Amino acid sequence: MDLLGGQDAFSYLIQNSLVIRPQIVLVIWGIAILCVVPFLGKNSTRYPLFYTLAGLAVAAFYVIWGSDAGPAFGGAIVFDFFTRFFHLLFLVAAFLSVLLSYRYLEIEGSHHGEYYALILFATAGMMFMAGAMELITVVVGLELMSVSTYILVGFTSRQRRSNEASMKYFLLGAFSTGVILYGMSLLYGIVGSTNLSEIGEVLGANEVGPLVALAVILTIVGLCFKVAAVPFHMWAPDAYEGAPTSVTAFMSVAVKAAGFALFFRICLVAFGDIRDLYVGILALISMLTMTWGNVAAVTQTNIKRLLAYSSISHAGYILMGLVAGTAFGVRAAAIYLLIYTVANLGVWAVVIVLRREDIKGEDMDSLKGLFSQYPAVAILMLFFLLSLAGIPPMGGFIAKYFVFASVMDVGLNSSGNLAFLMFSVAIVGALNAVVALYYYLRIVVLMFFERDFVPVPLALSTGTTITLVVAGLLTLIMGIYPQPFIELAESAALPLM
Amino acid sequence: MDFFMQNILIIVCLFPLLGVALIVLLVARDKGQDMKVKWIANIVAFLGFVVSLPLIIWFNSPQYINAANGMRFVVKKQWIPAIGAEFHVGIDGISLLLILLTTLMGFIAILSSWTAITERVPEYYCYFLILQAGMLGVFIALDFVLFYVFWEVMLVPMYFIIGVWGGSRKLYAAIKFFLYTLAGSVLLLLGILALYFFQYQQTGVWSFDVLGMRSLDLPLDLQWWIFLAFFIGFAIKVPMFPFHTWLPDAHVEAPTAGSVILAAVLLKMGTYGFVRFSLPILPEATMQFMPWMMLLAVIGIIYGALTAMMQKDMKKLVAYSSVSHLGFCMLGVFVVTPVALEGGILQMINHGISTGALFLIVGILYERRHTRLISDYGGISQNMPVYATVFLIMTMSSIGLPTLNGFVGEVMILMGVFADPANRFWAVAGVAGIVLGAAYMLWLYQRVMFGENDNPKNQGLTDLTSRELATFVPLIVLAFWIGLYPKTFLQYLHDPVNEIVEIVRPGEFPAISEQNAAKE
Repeated sequence: MDLLGGQDAFSYLIQNSLVIRPQIVLVIWGIAILCVVPFLGKNSTRYPLFYTLAGLAVAAFYVIWGSDAGPAFGGAIVFDFFTRFFHLLFLVAAFLSVLLSYRYLEIEGSHHGEYYALILFATAGMMFMAGAMELITVVVGLELMSVSTYILVGFTSRQRRSNEASMKYFLLGAFSTGVILYGMSLLYGIVGSTNLSEIGEVLGANEVGPLVALAVILTIVGLCFKVAAVPFHMWAPDAYEGAPTSVTAFMSVAVKAAGFALFFRICLVAFGDIRDLYVGILALISMLTMTWGNVAAVTQTNIKRLLAYSSISHAGYILMGLVAGTAFGVRAAAIYLLIYTVANLGVWAVVIVLRREDIKGEDMDSLKGLFSQYPAVAILMLFFLLSLAGIPPMGGFIAKYFVFASVMDVGLNSSGNLAFLMFSVAIVGALNAVVALYYYLRIVVLMFFERDFVPVPLALSTGTTITLVVAGLLTLIMGIYPQPFIELAESAALPLM
Repeated sequence: MDFFMQNILIIVCLFPLLGVALIVLLVARDKGQDMKVKWIANIVAFLGFVVSLPLIIWFNSPQYINAANGMRFVVKKQWIPAIGAEFHVGIDGISLLLILLTTLMGFIAILSSWTAITERVPEYYCYFLILQAGMLGVFIALDFVLFYVFWEVMLVPMYFIIGVWGGSRKLYAAIKFFLYTLAGSVLLLLGILALYFFQYQQTGVWSFDVLGMRSLDLPLDLQWWIFLAFFIGFAIKVPMFPFHTWLPDAHVEAPTAGSVILAAVLLKMGTYGFVRFSLPILPEATMQFMPWMMLLAVIGIIYGALTAMMQKDMKKLVAYSSVSHLGFCMLGVFVVTPVALEGGILQMINHGISTGALFLIVGILYERRHTRLISDYGGISQNMPVYATVFLIMTMSSIGLPTLNGFVGEVMILMGVFADPANRFWAVAGVAGIVLGAAYMLWLYQRVMFGENDNPKNQGLTDLTSRELATFVPLIVLAFWIGLYPKTFLQYLHDPVNEIVEIVRPGEFPAISEQNAAKE
C-alpha cells in the first residue's frame, strides 16, 4: 500500500502539515514558553502573556485566511468550515481567557508562565478534536486537551480546594475517556476501520445489532461526560468551583465547545444513519440537563457553582440542536455556542474582577450594590445575564430562537413518536427559560436593587476591561444584527451534512 | 418633511431613547442633577406625544397608505435575511389609537412622577423612557420577530421600575411579573415558530410577515395548538382569569406611574395580541374556542368585580377592577361581531384612560399620606374639592355612566354580543358586571370622600397642585369626548374591524360603517 501517494516522505509531511498549521503554531509557541520561563527575571513575568496573545493571533490568522483543506494524514484530520468555525471559537475563547488571567493569577500569587503554555496546549488539543475524522485523532486531541486542563484546574497549587477539584476532574475525566475508548474499540471491532465516514457507511448499511447499540451508547455516554450533560455532570460544579476562576471561564466555554464539536462530528458523520437508535436517549438527556441544571442553580449561593449549573443547563439547550440532527440543528448549536461563549466569558470576567485584595468574591452577596459603584460593569453584567436568559435584544435570544426552531422544524415535519419527542423538548426548553431567568434575576436584584457595596475597588485591569467591553458589544450586536453570525454558523453546518 | 413622514413610525418609537441618551450624557458628566433630568424626561415625553400627532393628520392621505394591505406609514427593510425576518412596521386604525394612548399616558405617567420619585432619579426616567420605546414598538411591528423583540424588551425596564421604586414586597412582585410574562412569551414563541415553518411549507418562502400569515390555509389541529400557545402568551398579559394573579401584586407594589402605565398600556398588549394575531390568523380555532373564551371573560368580569368589592387597599381595588374591565374587552373581542369587536377595542382605550386616572388618583393620596387603606380616609372631599371632582368624574367613567367614555364601550360590547344569537346569554352575564362595577366604585368613593373628616392626620390634606391637575386635564377631556362624540375615534376602527370579522365569521354580519354604527 502506498501511504504517501507517490510523494517522498518529506514533501508528504510538509503538504499535510499545512492542514494543521494553527495547531503547530500553538504547540511550538507553548514549548517555547516552557523553555524560556525559567530564565525570565522578576520584572518580566508578563512577557509570556503578550507572547501567548501573539501566538493565538497568528493561529487565528491561519484559520481565517487559510482555505478549506484535507483530509490530510491519510484521512485523519480535515480543515473544513466546521473545523474552522470551532477553531475560531476556541481561539477567541482562549484569547479572552488569557486576558482575564494575568491580574487574577497575580492576586492569587500563582502567576507562572507555564499557565500560558498549558492554555495553548489545551487549545491545540481542542483544534485536533474539532478537525478529527478518525478515532485515534479524536483520542489524541481529547487527551491533549484534558491533561492540560487537569493541570490548569489544580494550578493554584497551594489551595486545597483547587487540588481537590483537579483530582476529581482527573478521575472522572479519565473514567469517561475510558468509556469512550471502550465504545470506540467496539466500533473498530465491528467495522474494522477507525475512519468516521467509513464507520458511518458500514453502520448505515447493516442491521443494528446489540453490539452496535452498545458501542454507540458507550460513545455517547462518554461524550456526555465531556460536555457535562445530566446525569454525567457531577464533576462539573466541583471542578468549576475549585479551579482558578480564569480557568473556569476557559473551561466553561472552550472545553465545552470542543466536547460539542466532537459530539456533533461523531453523531452526524459516524452515527448519522442510525439516529433512530439514540435520538430518544439524546432528547431525554437534553431535557434532563436543562431542567436539572436550572433547578440546581436556583438554590446556589456561591456564584461559581451557580454559573457551573447554569452552564450545565446551557449544554442541554445546545443538545437540542443534536436532537434535531439536521443542518438547521447544527447551525443552531453552532450559533448557540458562539453566543453562549461570548456572554459566559463576560459573566466570568465580572466574577474575576470581584476577586480583589483579600476578598474572595465568590459569594453572591459580593455583587451587592455593584451598580451604585460600578454602573458600567453592572450594566454589562446585566447584558450578559439577559443574553444567557435569552431575552431580546441580546444575542441569547437569537441562540434560543435557533435551538427552538430546529426541534420545531423536525417536529412539524414528522409524525407520531418523533414529533411528540421534538415538541416535548421544545416545551421543556421553553419552560426552562423561565426557571433560568429566576436565578439570573437574583443576581440582578443584588447588583441593582441593593446599595451597600463593599468599598474595595474591583480588580479591573486592561485585560479584563477589554474582555468586558468586547463581550458586551458582541452580545448586543449578535442580538440586534445577527445576520453575519448566522451565515457563519450556516457554513459551519454544511460539511457535516 | 418627507423623510420625517416616511419614517415617522420609527421616529415615534425611538424618540424616547433620545431622552435616555441625553440623561446618560448629563449624568456621566456630573451626578446630582436630578432637576435637569426631570425636565429632560418630561420634555422628551411631551415631544414624543407631539411627534405622534401627525399620525392622525396624515392617517388617511393616500401617499402613506400601502395599497396591498391598507397599512399606513409602512417601512419595510431587510433585517435578518437568513431567517426571513424583516424590519417591517406599519399601523392601522387599531394601532393608531393605541400608539396615541401610549404616548399620552407615557407623558402623563412621567409628569406624575415629579415629586413621587426622589431616589435614583436619572435611572428611573431612563427605564421609563426605554419602556415607552418598547411599548410603541409592539404596536407598530408587523413582523413576528420584531414584535417579539419589543414584547420582551419592555419587560426589563418594567421589572426595574417595580423592583427598585416599588412598595414593601417589590422584589416578589417584580420577579413574579417578569417570570409570569416570560412563561407566556416563550410559549408564544413556539407558536410563532410553528406558524413560520408551516408558512414555509406552503409558500416556500421564509417569512415572519404578520399580514401574510392571514392567507395561510392552516389545518384545524395545527390552528388549535397554535391558538393555545398564543392564548397562554396573551392571556397572561391581559390578564385573563385564571392567569391574573401577578396583576394585583405588580399593581400594588409598583410606584404610581408604573401602575398607570401598566394598566393603561401594558395590559392592552395582550388584548391587542388577540386582535392582531389570534383572530385573523387562526379564525377556525377562534370559532372553536369562542365559548371557552367567553366563559373565561365573564368569569373575569364577575370575579374581578367581586374581589374588588372586598378590598381594603384602594390600589388593590383598582387593580381587581382592571381584571373585570379587561374581561369586558375580551368579551367584545371574542364574540367577533363588528360592533362588539369595535367596542372591545374602544374599551381598551377607555380602560387606559379611566383606570390610568384612577391609579393617579390613588397615588396622589398615597403621596400625601403614605397609606392606601380605605379605612384611613373619609370626608376627604372637604379638604380637597377639586380632587373630589376629578375622582368623581373618573369613577363615573369607570362605571360607565352615559356621557362618559366607559358607557360607549360597554354598550357597544353588550349590543354586539347580543347581536349574535348563540351568545346572547353572555350579554346577560356581562350586565351583572356593570352593576357590580357601580357598586364597588361608588362604595369606594363614598368611604373615601364623604362623611366626616375625623382622622386628625387627614385634616391638613391639600388639594391638587397645578401639576397634578395638569395630568388629569387631558384624561377628563378625552373621557367626555369619547362619551359624547365617539365617532372621532371609532372611524379609525371600522376598516380593520370589518376586515377581521370578515376573516373569522365571513358573511354573518353586515359590515360596520358610519351609518349603522356608533349611534349606540
